Amino acid sequence: MARKLTFRQAVNEALRQEMRRDPTVILLGEDIAGGKGSPGEQDAWGGDMGITKGLIGEFGERRVIDTPISESAFIGAAVGAATSGLRPVAELMFVDFMGVCFDQIFNQAAKFRYMFGGKAKTPVVIRTQMGAGYRAAAQHSQCLYPLFTHIPGLKCVVPSGAYDCKGLLTQAIRDDDPVIFFEHKLLYDVAEDVPEEQYTIPFGEANVVREGNDVTIVALARMVSFAKTAAETLAKEGIDCEVIDPRTTSPLDLDTILESVRRTGRLVVVDEAHPRCNMAADIAAQVAEQAFGALRAPPRMVTAPHTPVPFSPSLEDLFVPSPEKIATAVREARAYKA
Amino acid sequence: MQINRTELLEAYRKMRTIRVFEERVHEEFATGQMPGFVHLYAGEEASAVGVCLNLSDDDKICSTHRGHGHCIAKGCDVPGMMLELYGRRDGLCGGKGGSMHIADLSKGMMGANAIVGGGPPLACGAALAAKTLGTGKVAVTFTGDGGSNQGTTFESMNFASVLKLPVVFVFENNGYAETTGSSWSVACGDIVNRAPAFAMPGVMVDGHDFFAVHEAASEAIARARAGEGPTLIEVKVDRYFGHHEGDSEKYRAPGEVAKLRAEKDCLKRFRKRVTEAGLLQAGELDAIDRDVGALIDRSVKAALAAPMPTAADLMTDVYISY
Repeated sequence: MARKLTFRQAVNEALRQEMRRDPTVILLGEDIAGGKGSPGEQDAWGGDMGITKGLIGEFGERRVIDTPISESAFIGAAVGAATSGLRPVAELMFVDFMGVCFDQIFNQAAKFRYMFGGKAKTPVVIRTQMGAGYRAAAQHSQCLYPLFTHIPGLKCVVPSGAYDCKGLLTQAIRDDDPVIFFEHKLLYDVAEDVPEEQYTIPFGEANVVREGNDVTIVALARMVSFAKTAAETLAKEGIDCEVIDPRTTSPLDLDTILESVRRTGRLVVVDEAHPRCNMAADIAAQVAEQAFGALRAPPRMVTAPHTPVPFSPSLEDLFVPSPEKIATAVREARAYKA
Repeated sequence: MQINRTELLEAYRKMRTIRVFEERVHEEFATGQMPGFVHLYAGEEASAVGVCLNLSDDDKICSTHRGHGHCIAKGCDVPGMMLELYGRRDGLCGGKGGSMHIADLSKGMMGANAIVGGGPPLACGAALAAKTLGTGKVAVTFTGDGGSNQGTTFESMNFASVLKLPVVFVFENNGYAETTGSSWSVACGDIVNRAPAFAMPGVMVDGHDFFAVHEAASEAIARARAGEGPTLIEVKVDRYFGHHEGDSEKYRAPGEVAKLRAEKDCLKRFRKRVTEAGLLQAGELDAIDRDVGALIDRSVKAALAAPMPTAADLMTDVYISY
């Protein structure tokens, strides 16, 4: 039965239900319970965003493991444990912290299956929060999924809401390859209808969020709701937008995007990541290569600028793509004349 | 710790196999037919074999770029290894790993590792799995003196100690990180001096003495299996070849390797000790020498004649093909 759950609750429920179903699922990370070795309350935080609150109460310290601040050690341990019979879900508190443990992700976990001739299985999930808008500035706000998407051997999930989040995280835990699961921190408090029972959403299947015939908007994570807002504004102006949420960047469902662009002839890609070598550039390039004849306007990219995320609210609000910027790009694509 | 006859024969066979394998790879590499980079383990055999003789297939090890010895000691298929070094389709990793990434998870060999310090976090993970699942198994991570200075290694030692993981940190100190002397690069002199900082026992052993390594490892592994947490073992070893094949070794003292081979060789020492004590007969060891020689010959011949991977193999073992 569906009821309203926030994205935060959806993550917690997906973890809880899968831990009940599969005793080999463990969680590890910094302060994911909180209070370990301290004189006060245990389960003090449930992670810095409260995502894993309550899980240690049900599953105990053996399966909900607070770690020292040692990302290389515990991300690497999650990877090693995944090759040895567990299905660990590690929490890398902010994706920005990949800088202190990336080797264990991209040189170790990502390579095992191929490098060992297909004989290794590494069912590890690394959950991590991303995204600007929290006034957390340069080292706690980035959207680094393009870096991970670049690397063969990693699957990358960028859910845009609570319903997808639960289904995709359950799928991620059951997947036999390393999955990086990106949670946009500005989505944590957004609620949606979420079924109580477990379900999975396959990777590499885009969600057509809104059907339309004039312009295709592809958007990821938090940008999906911005794209929908833009589409509603544009509908009043008589521009009928299709909004596609790829849901996973690796694997990427290009077919759904191509099918849409072949109908609309116009593409706007919205990506909160920096503009060079991001998903917007990648998708625009692939569409240009494979559906050039269908395009009636150049693909447009609406992205963050090529700067670190600024602190000042006035600057950060300019940094993040907005529904207005998306609407402008759509209008320009619509009005384009060769 | 008593070692029975069968184990002694096994130990000698493995040490001898590593030696002949590496001496032969040294020759084969010089022909130009073997691709890539190889880092030879000759001289350090007593370390890998002394440790791994205490392990079963279900115990895990993580290795280094100098991984052939650990593979053989852990029971990896020798012809399969030679195929892999030659990049052949039927190699241990299908020709996709090569010397620096050779692995066989079915033998508990989690991989050579071309990233210095890459292994310790992974070994902590294997140990975490053993602890969580209650299997009684252990993990051993082999790291060099160079890798002993990596942050991943420090993090892993603290992590393992805090969580009381069944893991043994074996530091094979061969005196050189590439060209850089460990007497300079390890600030505290001996690596074993770091053990107290991580609240774990530390022992230093002569890596030319199989029996010393075996005993230290046996105690550390028993301690890990009993749930008493990690141990650090520093094994003082020497490598007979360069950092990699092709290394001019100008940084070593003149005559250093010849002297080591003459005075400290672990195989000679082993043979002397077991024959003088009447534990094994020289004839038995000679027979092993002949067997090993034939095995390595066969492995090289088979590898040279074996097919290379083809375009059809390029895109297998991936989850999605772009």
